[in-house]
Amino acid sequence: MVSRPMDTTRDDPAADSLRLAEDVLGRALQAGASEAEVLVTGDDSYLTRFANSEIHQNVAETNRSVNLRFVDGRRIAVLSSGRTDDEGLRNLVERAAAIAKTVEELEDWAGLPGPADGSTVRPATTWAAPTADATPELRAEGVRAVIAAADDAGVVAYGSFSTGEDSIAVANSAGIRSAERRSSAQLITVSMSPGGGNGYAEMVAMDASTIDAAAIGREAAAKARASDNAVGLAPGDYPVVLEEYAVVDITDMLGYLGFSALAVQEGRSFVEPGKRIGSDLVTIVDDGADTAGLPMSFDYEGVGKERVVMVENGICRGVVYDSQTAARDGRRSTGHGLPAPNPYGPFPLNTVMSTGTTSREDLIAGLDRGLLVTRFHYTNPVHPKLAIITGMTRDGTFLVEDGKIVGPVRNLRYTQSYLDALSGVSAVSSTRKTIKGFLGGAVIPAVRIDAWTFTGATEH
Amino acid sequence: MRDLTDRALDTANGLGAEYADVRIVRRLEESIAVKTGRVEGVAIGETEGFGIRVLVDGAWGFASSNHLELAEADRVAGLAVRIAKASATALRNRVILDGRPAAHGTYETPLTEDPFTVPLETKIDDLVTADRLAAEVKGIAFTESMYAAQREWKTFAATDGSFTEQTITHIGAGVEANAIEGDEHQRRSFPDAGGGFSAAGYEFIRKLDLKGHAEAYAEEAVALLSAPQCEPGRRTIILDPSQLYLQVHESCGHPSELDRVFGTEASYAGTSFLTTDKLDEGFRYGSDQITIVADATAANGMGTFGWDDEGVAAQAVPLVKEGIFVGYLSSRETAPRIGRQSGGAMRADGWNRIPLIRMTNVNLLPVPGKSLAEIVADTDDGLYLASNRSWSIDDRRLNFQFATEVAYEIKGGKKGRLFKNPTYTGITYEFWRSCDAVADERSFVMLGTPNCGKGEPGQTGHVGHAVSGARFRNVQVGVGKW
Repeated sequence: MVSRPMDTTRDDPAADSLRLAEDVLGRALQAGASEAEVLVTGDDSYLTRFANSEIHQNVAETNRSVNLRFVDGRRIAVLSSGRTDDEGLRNLVERAAAIAKTVEELEDWAGLPGPADGSTVRPATTWAAPTADATPELRAEGVRAVIAAADDAGVVAYGSFSTGEDSIAVANSAGIRSAERRSSAQLITVSMSPGGGNGYAEMVAMDASTIDAAAIGREAAAKARASDNAVGLAPGDYPVVLEEYAVVDITDMLGYLGFSALAVQEGRSFVEPGKRIGSDLVTIVDDGADTAGLPMSFDYEGVGKERVVMVENGICRGVVYDSQTAARDGRRSTGHGLPAPNPYGPFPLNTVMSTGTTSREDLIAGLDRGLLVTRFHYTNPVHPKLAIITGMTRDGTFLVEDGKIVGPVRNLRYTQSYLDALSGVSAVSSTRKTIKGFLGGAVIPAVRIDAWTFTGATEH
Repeated sequence: MRDLTDRALDTANGLGAEYADVRIVRRLEESIAVKTGRVEGVAIGETEGFGIRVLVDGAWGFASSNHLELAEADRVAGLAVRIAKASATALRNRVILDGRPAAHGTYETPLTEDPFTVPLETKIDDLVTADRLAAEVKGIAFTESMYAAQREWKTFAATDGSFTEQTITHIGAGVEANAIEGDEHQRRSFPDAGGGFSAAGYEFIRKLDLKGHAEAYAEEAVALLSAPQCEPGRRTIILDPSQLYLQVHESCGHPSELDRVFGTEASYAGTSFLTTDKLDEGFRYGSDQITIVADATAANGMGTFGWDDEGVAAQAVPLVKEGIFVGYLSSRETAPRIGRQSGGAMRADGWNRIPLIRMTNVNLLPVPGKSLAEIVADTDDGLYLASNRSWSIDDRRLNFQFATEVAYEIKGGKKGRLFKNPTYTGITYEFWRSCDAVADERSFVMLGTPNCGKGEPGQTGHVGHAVSGARFRNVQVGVGKW
């Protein structure tokens, strides 16, 4: 499968990467590989970081690496290298061939995926020139706009503005030829107010020119001001409205703990097809073609991405597969493989949660007495199979009474089953935000949840 | 190497940099993953490149590339200067560096048996044998075992004439046994969750004796399935070194990073409650049992080196002395702001990342008197918690909650039955003030983590923690509802 119309000009880094992948593939087959897969990733990335309302870090990186999966019968070695000169590639292949002879056979090795595996659904585009062309001066301009908004509100700005493009190419001996450029830009900011308030805002896009830095700055600054002079609140069970920045932690964590075929095969997932894990309002899919997120046509095995419905109206429907987990279940990959070797299994990289019909104002208006939470911090599973997670609130937590925000409260610790949280979703916002998740882009609404268990408090 | 470092520095100088440094880093990594008795993957990775950091008009710029060519050094130096000039358009305070002496010399991790020359078959066999011993225990659902070694060759040069070369080797391995029944998933790991790591050679792996411990740990994972839930309450707890090191990491190491204190991690990992006024006032961080040192010279620590990535010589920096907060992990830029010299804690994750203030080896020093076993014997009613299972702490490093793989009941000075799903929580300084016993040197062991995350773009740090075990009174165990 060639998953995108190939631009064969010399300037296309994806085409260059594919040529390199095919070169290494040829070398591996010549060295005796019965099968081989070559993943080439190129990276041109830039990040401008600011704190105390000034730029304090500003970095650029140019990188390319080759990842070779060398198969000798059922013996497999994976080597990667940043050296792409002739000697470096020769060493890579020779060492892979030698190591593959020393390892044990994988009894259930199903072979590399071929062009017939995976979907042909493709995003309209995965790359935007304004992102690839973004300059240090453009990022500094964006940062200055955030700082100006902070200055206007009398708060101090912290954050980062990153832009970059990746070129990804996969060639394997089963006939896969996949290559594309992907771009992404992200602006995040935390505002801190002299009154102790904090606020957060984030914008992520494939096209950097759509990032409205001033708007992000204003959102965070206003939140910081609104959360000044927070008061303590006793831990306990409260209904909550979670903003998009918090909800993404739920979808990410459930993807990590449960929506991977490997987690199901190993018995550590909560997923059972047909099992209800959420209210009727909860639908979560993985969709690499959704250009509202950070789209991608294929996975790191070169397999085209399939749209996978993970939760439909609260009911578990499916999990994501790579080629190995698919073979074990006698089905085809959904195109969710990570780079080999991958003991973690497949992963949903393009989570999209469906919108509801409730405005942000009505989400809050529906709380008799509860909390509005901007964001979570440092979350970690306490009981993986029940998806019980602990973490802290951060950057703006507010008490709501009779549908109105009463005032800010100090941050709280929670220990909460994310599955119980999905079951308690009573309203979903009609709008969504694009946010960077653990590994990919996510398109996420805000939600109202009937009960959330807060188990501790802190001093700010 | 010297021609490239000279070229990069000359170009940066010529373009107006008032200071520049360059690091060339080659990193070799080897890993083996075993799952339930079979090798899932053998991976070898190699990466090489250089990064140039420049100060122009008092502002930082950094650029990096994996093309080790003189012409590329010119391009990257030029880009770094351009980036610094862009930084200067949003600058309120010029960067001022402390005046450390120029650094010269070489450093190499001491080791006995080079892990990269031990035959791959030997390493696989050692790991698979141990993993199978765990996997064959009745009731085990799956096992995961890992081996990893990393070597970095690092050349550092700066416009002040500094030039150092270092070769640093880290190694680790571990076996993890998982038992699952219904909704219950229990795990035991040896020697530690995520594996045990050291700055050493393969002799470290042999000494771990994975196969000598795998079976017993797997049996304990199975036993946990039917163990009673660890009930909530205020309890006396004793932390085994396998949990205590992470407590030090999260609640002392990170809040002692001076860049966090000054807000430069605020938008990502957060800030710190250890503000500089607490240094001035002699803040009581813990009980008088607590003395913590960031020691970049400690044997076998993953935070041990000759010079940090700014060319500051390795040193031992006191952070807490008999309970009183006395110092920070710092850099050439941050230390002068509190009237001090850099403590040499700037470390970068490879050639393509800037150095940040990172932990070196943040060690809780042993207290002469009682061994860990004697502290247990001296405890009438409590819990002994071992091996981390989850961790979380707020963005100023105050409210923490940890879960461990296992709790052993202590009654009348003896360790007894198991409890599953233990958690404990507290406020950092209250917790450390509640420590009434730190074990002596007999259980003092260098541990560490190879996955300490910080910074944007993300960096993964290798840091060390030597600890001996300690007892804490009146700690909240459990979270009430679950």
